[in-house]
Amino acid sequence: MASTTSKIYSYKFLLPAAVVYLIFFIVPTFLSFFFSLTIWTLSDWKFTGLDNFRIFLTEPSLNVGLRNSLVYAILTCGLKVVLGFLLAAFLSANLKTKGFLRSIIYFPNILSTIAVGIMFSSLMQPSRGLINVGLAAIGIQGPDWLGNPSLALLSVAMVDVWKGVGIAMTIFIAGIMAIPRHYYEALMIDGGSSFHKLRYITLPLSRSSMNSVIMLAFIGGIRSFDLVWVMTKGGPGFTSDLIASIIYKQLQGGFYGISTAGNVVLFVIVSLLAVPMYRFLTKAEVDL
Amino acid sequence: MKRKILRVMVEVIAVALALAIFGIPLSYVVTNAGKTSVEAAQMSIAPAAETRYIKNFSEVLATSNHMLLRAFLNSTIITVVSIAMLIGVSSMAGFVMERRKSRAISWINFLVLAGLMIPPAVVPTIWVLKSIGLYKTMLGLELIEAALAFPFSVLLYRGYLGAIPRELDEASFIDGCSGLDLFVKVIFPLMKPVSATIAIITSISVFNDFVNPLYFLPGAKNVTVQLTLYNYISQYLNKWNLLFADILLISIPPLIFFIVFNKKIVSGMVAGAVKS
Repeated sequence: MASTTSKIYSYKFLLPAAVVYLIFFIVPTFLSFFFSLTIWTLSDWKFTGLDNFRIFLTEPSLNVGLRNSLVYAILTCGLKVVLGFLLAAFLSANLKTKGFLRSIIYFPNILSTIAVGIMFSSLMQPSRGLINVGLAAIGIQGPDWLGNPSLALLSVAMVDVWKGVGIAMTIFIAGIMAIPRHYYEALMIDGGSSFHKLRYITLPLSRSSMNSVIMLAFIGGIRSFDLVWVMTKGGPGFTSDLIASIIYKQLQGGFYGISTAGNVVLFVIVSLLAVPMYRFLTKAEVDL
Repeated sequence: MKRKILRVMVEVIAVALALAIFGIPLSYVVTNAGKTSVEAAQMSIAPAAETRYIKNFSEVLATSNHMLLRAFLNSTIITVVSIAMLIGVSSMAGFVMERRKSRAISWINFLVLAGLMIPPAVVPTIWVLKSIGLYKTMLGLELIEAALAFPFSVLLYRGYLGAIPRELDEASFIDGCSGLDLFVKVIFPLMKPVSATIAIITSISVFNDFVNPLYFLPGAKNVTVQLTLYNYISQYLNKWNLLFADILLISIPPLIFFIVFNKKIVSGMVAGAVKS
């Protein structure tokens, strides 16, 4: 049967995939380890050891990206998990308007990031923007969301959550739907409250969807580029620069070696954090 | 009775909140896309004194020698071609990866899973594209889009194939089918639903993609819809009405997809997320 297997399921089927995936993803990834150690003009390179990494990690205008990316990833991921879960729990209940609510919360996902960025740049305009006008109506003086150095990154993160919470919610809803009804019935018979349902059944039994959401949101956040780029360009100054926006700025400036070193730094962070996180999270999973 | 009233109140509050948080920003864009630039500069959500959608749309379309039309054509070609390549490549790969167990396959699996997490290396990819003469070409970008969507797509195919019994393969083999016959005549047609899901989800993300065209398709001739929108930010310099009109125009294709394929988008996305 072994020979039949190799005849029917020939490795030749993998050939087109190998060409596309190897050439356009795997090879560049491996090349990045080498070229991150060089001064590189694309046509020529000179080996410089770990200089690029030293520059990337010590230059204040560059290493700010490292801290910002972590803050951004943790913040957006945390909010998407918490809000997504609460929304999903609420919208799994028997509501007349749940179809409408789910659709409108999911809707921002079909808009492009650039469109969302432009939209909120306008809404967050400090004096006339709708957000601050609304706040003024209830007597609060709104800040300069995107112009204040200590606020800009957080403002962009909030917009990211606005756009992405629908995906988290949808994944959680699927997880909650898969929880057998009789757990809830048993709890009702024992006289448990709605809070007990949420705390002792829905939350622990949504573990696997929670893992998916955490991984997706965290990796999405740490790689994020376009929303910051369209809303602040990393400014004011470098205060909202992320690793990915610095990679692009170095690319524009022609510093290909440093740009590639940034890519390797991103690779290392994703591997160091995401792989153990994935292991840890899947270990804590419960079977239904 | 009391419970019922409470329930209605909760629903009313929930809908009001959702409208405030998600509805107002969206209707703000729609309303202001139909104003004059002076009126839109007031940034108000009030209805336009006189709606001029047609005028604004045609002004956006006429900008820089009808660049947006060119961009629409480019984005459509890029989306269609990259999805055709993606479906072809990943359905075959998923087929063998699901059916065969070997050490080589587990290595390939590992590489594919890694691709779900690892960000693409920008400059080395440009270098590879340059070396084979595909930098700044649509074909280059299409191949990149296919390569980057490959891991997600393979996972969906593998998951779906797991539910198609092997007995079918063996029966076809005994009937004299070769591996290629089996795949083309039996397996691929059976996988149509999952192919459709992949095509729909990926088409929205490729059409809306900004980052990869920015990296790999720079240059005035190679515009995509997202690149034009981005370029118009500086070109229109606070003419919010035109920016919003542009947003409305380029959101039409994804919107149609969303309305027509709502269920498929959601289920496919969830399947992909849970499998990974």
